Amino acid sequence: MKSLSVLAATLFALAIWQGIVTLTGLPKFILPGPAVVAETWWQNRWLIAEHAWITAIEVIIGLACGTLLGVVTALQLANSRVARVLVQPMLVFTQALPVFALAPLLTLWLGYGLLSKVAMAVLIIYFPITSSFFDGLMRTPQGYLDLARTMQAGKRAVLWHIRIPAALPSLASGMRLAAVYAPIGAVIGEWVGSSQGLGYLMLLANGRAKTDLMFAAMLTLGVFSILLHMIVRRATARMAGEVR
Amino acid sequence: MTPAPDLTISGTATIDGAILFAPLTLTLDAGAWTCLLGGSGVGKTTVLRLIAGLETGAEFSGRITASDGQPVSDRVAYMAQDDLLLPWASVAQNVSLGARLRGEKVDLDRRDRLIERMRLQDHMTKKPPELSGGQRQRVALARTLMEDRPIVLLDEPFSALDARTRADMQDLAAEALKGRTVLLVTHDPGEAARLGQSIVVMTQHGLTPCDPPVAPAPRSVDDLQTLETQGALLRLLREGGV
Repeated sequence: MKSLSVLAATLFALAIWQGIVTLTGLPKFILPGPAVVAETWWQNRWLIAEHAWITAIEVIIGLACGTLLGVVTALQLANSRVARVLVQPMLVFTQALPVFALAPLLTLWLGYGLLSKVAMAVLIIYFPITSSFFDGLMRTPQGYLDLARTMQAGKRAVLWHIRIPAALPSLASGMRLAAVYAPIGAVIGEWVGSSQGLGYLMLLANGRAKTDLMFAAMLTLGVFSILLHMIVRRATARMAGEVR
Repeated sequence: MTPAPDLTISGTATIDGAILFAPLTLTLDAGAWTCLLGGSGVGKTTVLRLIAGLETGAEFSGRITASDGQPVSDRVAYMAQDDLLLPWASVAQNVSLGARLRGEKVDLDRRDRLIERMRLQDHMTKKPPELSGGQRQRVALARTLMEDRPIVLLDEPFSALDARTRADMQDLAAEALKGRTVLLVTHDPGEAARLGQSIVVMTQHGLTPCDPPVAPAPRSVDDLQTLETQGALLRLLREGGV
């Protein structure tokens, strides 16, 4: 039933797309139709796969590093008042900066290769991971803490047996958000300076008026992002308490 | 476990300078159930939390002492209206929570015996969301017993249960906690009349001790004197109200 509705929605979107192309009669290099894009995709499948592979690696490494960093930061913040006073304002301020504007800097510092894209993905997901997990850690139901107190539990034991497990659903929602953001981060990094990846391919195709290839690369990125989100969603289902 | 001591709390509590309860003295008899009956907001939960050494938000000036002279707050077990079961942990893990939190080795035999005593042996590996309200409170009671403390503090633990389950739980708890110094905080006159070996009504005017029925607790739900006491308690509550 669910796959049927996905199919229906896809067909509907394709029909609208084709409808616009037919009605406006726009030339191929302005707006290619779905059939043209599909054909281009097939012809360039190895080229696209090669670039998609690069982007995928950047995103996955970025996701892993960003999650790890976010989890560690949240634990530190939850554990120490000093850390909260010193680090939290900085965290909020970095979030107020447009990450896009940092991309050229990162390329300058870290070069054209993988590192600057991973850094970009990490930067973009670090905050959602940190803040969601931190919120979860600070919102432990008071009753649990009272109970632990009457049981003479140490701070560390409470963190390990109660506060962290109670915060896992929050961390799961942060990770799901991160799965959507991370590809955006990597692609921004690729736009600013790179010689590989789907972002690079899009820019290249666009510059040469190969709009059909640009569309093919963009749709590939979209499908990849959705797949990644689904995988992370499933992987975090137990954490979120959806599966027991 | 040390033998159950007498317990006395005397003093006054204020919140931001406003009096929550005026100077009072409450004595819990060693090895007996004391029911502290009162409406919402009179500070009865505060009294219990003070004994438990928990945060109350109120300023307390007074003393909490045990007849054997030993400290109080590290010899209490606590059970609240919310069963406070960890939803991600199994029944067995919840029952042994205290030992796990203190980093002690869990006495598995004792744990299993208590689980069996609470008739939960078929639910050992289940998680709390799979259990009924009554079963969950039985797990909470098993966890309380597992702590094996001489002083047990019960903060309206049965008030969210339906009438029948509540009566069952009252019987079970009365039997299981025999010999400990128990403070039951409740707003239900019927519960106080069934379980109290000593009953104290708390209103804004202070504490009023009240004679419990002569029958041994837990009293039958249709015991005439128990029903009379229930009525008398309710009258006291209403007269002492705002």
